[in-house]
Amino acid sequence: MLNADDITALILTLQVACIATVCLLLLGTPMAWWLVRTTSRWKRVINTLVALPLVLPPSVLGFYLLILMSPTGIIGQLSVALGLGTLPFTFGGLIVASVLYSLPFVVQPLQTAFAAIGERPLEVAATLRASPLDTFFSVVMPLTRHGFMTATVLGFAHTVGEFGVVLMVGGNIPNQTRVVSIQIYNHVEAMEYAQAHWLAACLLIFSFVVLLLLYGINPKPGR
Amino acid sequence: MASQIHIRFEVNYPALTLAVNLELPGQGITALFGHSGSGKTTCLRVIAGLEKALNVYLNINGEIWQDDHAGIFLPTHRRALGYVFQEASLFSHLTVRENLAYGQKRSQNNSASINFDQVIEWLDIEPLLQRHAEHLSGGERQRIAIARALLSKPRLLLFDEPLSALDLKRKAEILPYLERLHEHLDIPMLYVSHSPEEVARLADHLVLLNAGQVIASGVLQETLARIDLPSAFVDDAGVVIDTVLTHHDDEDCLSRLDFAGGIIYVSRQPKAIGSRLRCRIHARDVSLNLEPLHNSSILNTLAVEVVAIAETDNKANVLVRLDAYGVPLLARITRRSWRKLHITPGLKLWAQIKAVALFE
Repeated sequence: MLNADDITALILTLQVACIATVCLLLLGTPMAWWLVRTTSRWKRVINTLVALPLVLPPSVLGFYLLILMSPTGIIGQLSVALGLGTLPFTFGGLIVASVLYSLPFVVQPLQTAFAAIGERPLEVAATLRASPLDTFFSVVMPLTRHGFMTATVLGFAHTVGEFGVVLMVGGNIPNQTRVVSIQIYNHVEAMEYAQAHWLAACLLIFSFVVLLLLYGINPKPGR
Repeated sequence: MASQIHIRFEVNYPALTLAVNLELPGQGITALFGHSGSGKTTCLRVIAGLEKALNVYLNINGEIWQDDHAGIFLPTHRRALGYVFQEASLFSHLTVRENLAYGQKRSQNNSASINFDQVIEWLDIEPLLQRHAEHLSGGERQRIAIARALLSKPRLLLFDEPLSALDLKRKAEILPYLERLHEHLDIPMLYVSHSPEEVARLADHLVLLNAGQVIASGVLQETLARIDLPSAFVDDAGVVIDTVLTHHDDEDCLSRLDFAGGIIYVSRQPKAIGSRLRCRIHARDVSLNLEPLHNSSILNTLAVEVVAIAETDNKANVLVRLDAYGVPLLARITRRSWRKLHITPGLKLWAQIKAVALFE
């Protein structure tokens, strides 16, 4: 059965995933909207940067983040200046790393959904006196709700499943940065296969349920 | 001068150049007529602020929506306009009632007297209110789109070929609703169309666009009777006259229509005495005689005077502009008849009308 450490790891994982998902939506939504609407020549570059975590080994991303978050790195200087202290091996650092790592899984479905509704609903709303912000909440979001659900589920699930980035940036600190995937690794290292089995099964069932849910709410991918 | 609309702008796209400078009446329906690619839709989109143009000046009955030289630009959502798009544009996530409420609750224009129940009645949409946009026919959707535009209390209504996506039967269903609005509303409307039928039926004022240039702008009846326009517009030449029904002849099943230029008999109309009827007389349905014909089967003969003669695309025909006590008429006759009868401006003769097209 699961021991106290396993339970702690599970709760921590859920906390990280929930907070990261909220941050992902807050950051990813305007980003995806901008990427769909802009004619800027930076569009391609930003698109590529957002997609990088899809192909980059997590350890590479984690390594660079570790450097950037160090007291001499850009993010590190910023977080120190803001009074947040240094981020590596902390819960906050884990959130920052998770958000960057899962960004494409939120931005891309939103981008597809925004592009799919086209220009017309926005024009119609404008001719009915809706300001651009009003239009976004009253027309764009309801019309792209499937895209938002896909983005939320994918962002959450991908954050739960990360390992490499966490190991690099978060380390292995109980109740701080030791999430389920790390805990499984610990069990295997310690030859505690039974424990590993329990946790692994948890994640397996979780992933299955998430995907089942995703196909249930989203019969037409992309909307 | 009464209230007016002044529209001026230029567009310089690779595929389209437009130069528009129009003074339009501040009420009634103005039709923007032209073939596809003539820039009609772009014109509406510039007025709505949906499309960028150069040197724009838009004055809608005294309200400046855009003046590039003075640095004034109201974004679309701050222009008191109603826009009916070509294809159905209802929000699919809302019910009909919610669609109607969308513009209504955002409208800032409290001076206009648009009443919800009134609009529902005019457009006959009470039975549709609880429905969802996907479950409506094309004609129903367009009626709701029109109602939605009206309920946002616009100072200017823009129609972008609202019937072109509908089949003939649906078109015929919607036209009476548009006529009803025309009758009851004092909001000026710009109506883009490439259908001479719709224009002749609805418009008070006509603007002809050809390849991005305004080639004519004036009162509908006058403009339709112009014979100096490019032949593309003369193909289907004909005039529109507004008449009043004055008498029903039950024995012969006829109705008598009076207008300044004389009397026309048509088959009995299901309308009350005193009703106003608009009819269209094609140039090809008018023939000319030097004497009044008393033994002809043709019922309608008007005394007219020749004003001018113009060539048509077909070298065998000429187009004759006539005047019937101030009402313009057109006749298309053969070149041979023209020579044989010695028809010249100032000549008084009789026009026989073979067919009258009635709307409604």
